Amino acid sequence: MSTSTAPLVTLQGVTKRYAAITALDQVDLTIRAGEAVCLAGENGSGKSTLIKVLVGVEQPSEGRVLFDGVAQARITPTAATQAGVQVIFQDFSLFPNLSVWENIAMTAERATGTRLVHRARARARAREVLDRVGVALDLNARVETLPVAHKQLVAICRALASDARLIIMDEPTTALTEREVARLLDLIRRLKADGVAVLFVSHKLAEVLEVCEHVVVLRNGAKVAEGDASEFDAASLTRAMTGRDVAETPPAPLDAAAAPLLSVDHLGKNGVFNDVSFTLHVGEVLGVAGLLGSGRTSLAKALFGLAKPDQGRVMLDGVDVPLGDPIAASGRGIGYVPEDRLTEGLFLEQSIARNIAVGRFDDHASGGILNLRALWAEAADWLGRLSVKAPDPQAPVRSLSGGNQQRVVLARWMARQPRVLILNGPSVGVDVGSKAEIHGIIADLAARGLGVIVISDDLPELLGTCHRILVMKAGVITDEVEGGAGVSEEDLSHRLAS
Amino acid sequence: MKSINWTRNEVLVFGVILAFCALAAASDPNFLSIPTLTDLMRNSIVLGIFAVGAMVVLVSGGIDVSFTAVAAFAMYATTVLLRDVAPDMGWPVAFVVATAIGATLGAFNGIFIALFGLPTLIVTLGTLSLFRGALLTFIGTAQISNLPSGMRDFSRWMMLRGTDADGNFYSLHWAFAFLVVIVILTWFILNRTMLGRAIYAIGGAPESARRIGINVKRTQMFIYVYVGALAGLAGIMHASLARISNPQDLVGLELSVIAAVVLGGARLTGGVGTLTGTLLGVALIVLVRNSLIVVGVPSVWQSVVIGALILLGTGLPAYQALRAQRRAA
Repeated sequence: MSTSTAPLVTLQGVTKRYAAITALDQVDLTIRAGEAVCLAGENGSGKSTLIKVLVGVEQPSEGRVLFDGVAQARITPTAATQAGVQVIFQDFSLFPNLSVWENIAMTAERATGTRLVHRARARARAREVLDRVGVALDLNARVETLPVAHKQLVAICRALASDARLIIMDEPTTALTEREVARLLDLIRRLKADGVAVLFVSHKLAEVLEVCEHVVVLRNGAKVAEGDASEFDAASLTRAMTGRDVAETPPAPLDAAAAPLLSVDHLGKNGVFNDVSFTLHVGEVLGVAGLLGSGRTSLAKALFGLAKPDQGRVMLDGVDVPLGDPIAASGRGIGYVPEDRLTEGLFLEQSIARNIAVGRFDDHASGGILNLRALWAEAADWLGRLSVKAPDPQAPVRSLSGGNQQRVVLARWMARQPRVLILNGPSVGVDVGSKAEIHGIIADLAARGLGVIVISDDLPELLGTCHRILVMKAGVITDEVEGGAGVSEEDLSHRLAS
Repeated sequence: MKSINWTRNEVLVFGVILAFCALAAASDPNFLSIPTLTDLMRNSIVLGIFAVGAMVVLVSGGIDVSFTAVAAFAMYATTVLLRDVAPDMGWPVAFVVATAIGATLGAFNGIFIALFGLPTLIVTLGTLSLFRGALLTFIGTAQISNLPSGMRDFSRWMMLRGTDADGNFYSLHWAFAFLVVIVILTWFILNRTMLGRAIYAIGGAPESARRIGINVKRTQMFIYVYVGALAGLAGIMHASLARISNPQDLVGLELSVIAAVVLGGARLTGGVGTLTGTLLGVALIVLVRNSLIVVGVPSVWQSVVIGALILLGTGLPAYQALRAQRRAA
C-alpha cells in the first residue's frame, strides 16, 4: 500500500458537543486505502457519534474531516457516499421483503437517477459483486429467509455495489458464530487486497484484531489508546476500554462473622453455565466479572428465576428458592436489575412514580383496591432517598438521564425491601459522575445488610465496589479474587481474557 | 426451481377456487358456462379496482379503510354535478371528474399520513367517517336513479354479448377493460419503476428506506393520491353499472376488500403483496358471494364461509412460515 497518496479519510481534532455533553473530544483518526482499523470503546464512548460524523449525519463542533486529503466544509450524506464511505449498521438496514439482488443493487441503481427498474442491469450488478466477494447466494431469495451471516454479506455487497472504498462495520461480530466470524475475516482480507478500507466499530474486537493494521480506543469521547494492532491483545484492549475513570474508594471491609445469606450450589444450565457454587453473606458485595458470552447474564437470570437451571439449587437463609420462578424469587426477597433497563427494566413512557409503584401493588392493595395515597407517598420517599434528579415524578421515565433511570429501577426494588439484589451492568450507559454515585448507593445498600451481586465487565467498577470477585469464563467460575486493593486491574483483565 | 411453493397464498387460493368450481360444477352442470364466467367478471370490476388500491397501501405498510367513502363521495358528487351543471356531458367527463375528486380526497389522507406522520389506520378511520358524513350532510342523501345521459350511455357499452348453446344470455361490459388497464398500470408502477420499488422498500423497512435516501413522505403522498383516484373511478363506475347513484352505497365494503387482498397473500405488516394474489382473492370472494347457493350452502352462510376462508387462507401460510422459522432457529 502506498503512503504517498492522501489517506482515504482523515479526522483532525474532531469534537462534538450536545448541549453540555461532550460526545467526542479532539479525536484524530486516519484510514488509508486497503487498511483495516479497529475503533474500540464501551457503550457511550463516542463510537456512534464518530460514525455519524463520518457519514455526515452530524456535523462536528470543532475539527476537520478530510476525504482523499480534501477538507470538507460540510459533510453531507451525499458527499460521504461520493467519497465511498458506506456504513453497515448493526441491523444491516436491509429490506427483508425484497430479493437479494434488489437489496444489493437498489442503492446503486437509485444513484444512477433512473426512474425505471433495469432488472437485467441490476441483477448483473448484484451477480458481479457477489462474484467479487466470492460468495454464492441465490439472487432471488428473499432476504428475510437468510441466516444472519448471509444478511451481513448482502449488506457488504450492497456497500460494494455502491463503489464503497471505506466500509464502516458497526458491531459486525455480535450476531455471528465463530465459524461465521472466520469467514467474515477471510472476506475482509480479500476486500483489503482489493483496496477497500474497513473500519470495525465494536466493544468486542479481540476477534477481528488479526485482520487489522491499526487500533484506536475511545473512552468517554476521547482517544485513550492508539497503536499497531500487533501491540494489542484481548487483555490490553479490555483494559484500555474499561480503564479506571473515577477514583474509587474500596468497599468497607466485610465483617468476618457475617452470616451467609444466599448460597448457590452446583448450579448449571446445559450449554450456558456449569457447576456454579458460591455463598453470599449479609452485607457483602460480590462481583461476577465476565465478558459478553461468558454466561454472566444467564447466571443472573437463573438466580432470579428468569431462566430455569438444569442442575443445582439456590438457597436463601438455608431454605430452597424455587428455580425458574421469578415471582417466587422476588417474593423471597431477591431483586434483579437487568442490564438493558430500557427494554427489560422500565416502562419508558410511564411516569417515574408509576415505574416505582409498579412493584408494590400487592402490598398496597386491600380487596383489590389500591391505596394510591400510600403508594405515591412511598414512591416519592424512595425517589428522595436515592436522590433521583427528577423535575416531576409524573414525568415519563424516558425524560431522565441514564444514571437517573438506573436509580428509578433501584428505587422500585428498594421499595420492596429485598434481601438480595442482583445488579447486571449497573452503570452501563451512564455518565462518569452518575457511575460514582451508583457505586455509592451499592455501598450504602450493603451497609444496610443486603447482599448485593454486581455483574459487570467494567473491571474498575468491580474492584472499587466488591468485597470478592468471581471470574467467569465460558460458563465456569475460574477464579475468585479479593476486591479493593487486593488485586490489580491489569491482573484481573488477564484472568478475564486469557 | 419452478416447483410449486405451497406456503404461498396464491397457490392456496387458486386451489380453493378450483375446488369450489369443481364442487359447483358437480352440483349444477350449468355452472361451468360462459354466463357464469361473465357474471363473475362483471362482479369483480369494482371490487377488483378497490382491491388493487388497498393492496398498494398494504404493501407500503399502511392500511386504508376510507376508500369506500372516497368512492361514494366521488360517485355521488359527480352525479349531482353532472345532473345540475352539465347534464349532456359524455361519460369520460364524469369519469375524469370522479377520479379527480377521489385523488383530492386521497391527498387529504396523504397530508395527514405523510406530512404529519399519523398512523394510517387512525387517519383513514377518521376520514371514512368524515367523507361519508360530509357527503350525506352537504351533498345529499336521496338516491338518483335518473342518471345523467353520459353515465347511462356508459352502462350500455358492451364489449361482447351473445347467447350460449343452451340459450342463456351473456354479456361483458367494457368496464372490465378498465380493470385490466388498471391492473397492468399498477403492475408496471409496482414492479418496473423505482417509485414502485420504493413502495415495497418502505413497507419492508421504513428506516432502511430513509437511510438509502428514499423520500418516504413523497412516496406515501403518491400512494394515497393514487388510491383515492382509483376509488373515485371505481365509485363512478359502480353507479354507472348499477344505473343508480346511491350515497349510502359502497361504505361497509372496505373490510371485504381488505380481506380479499389479505387472502391473496398481502401482509398486513407491509412489504409483501402481489397483484396475482389480489385478483385471485377478489375472484374467490366474488365466487363465494355469487355462487355459494350453487354448491348447496344457503346464502345466509356467506359471511361465515368468507370468514372461514380468511382464517384458513391467511392462517395456514402464516402457520407454515412459523414452523419453518422454528425449524431454522
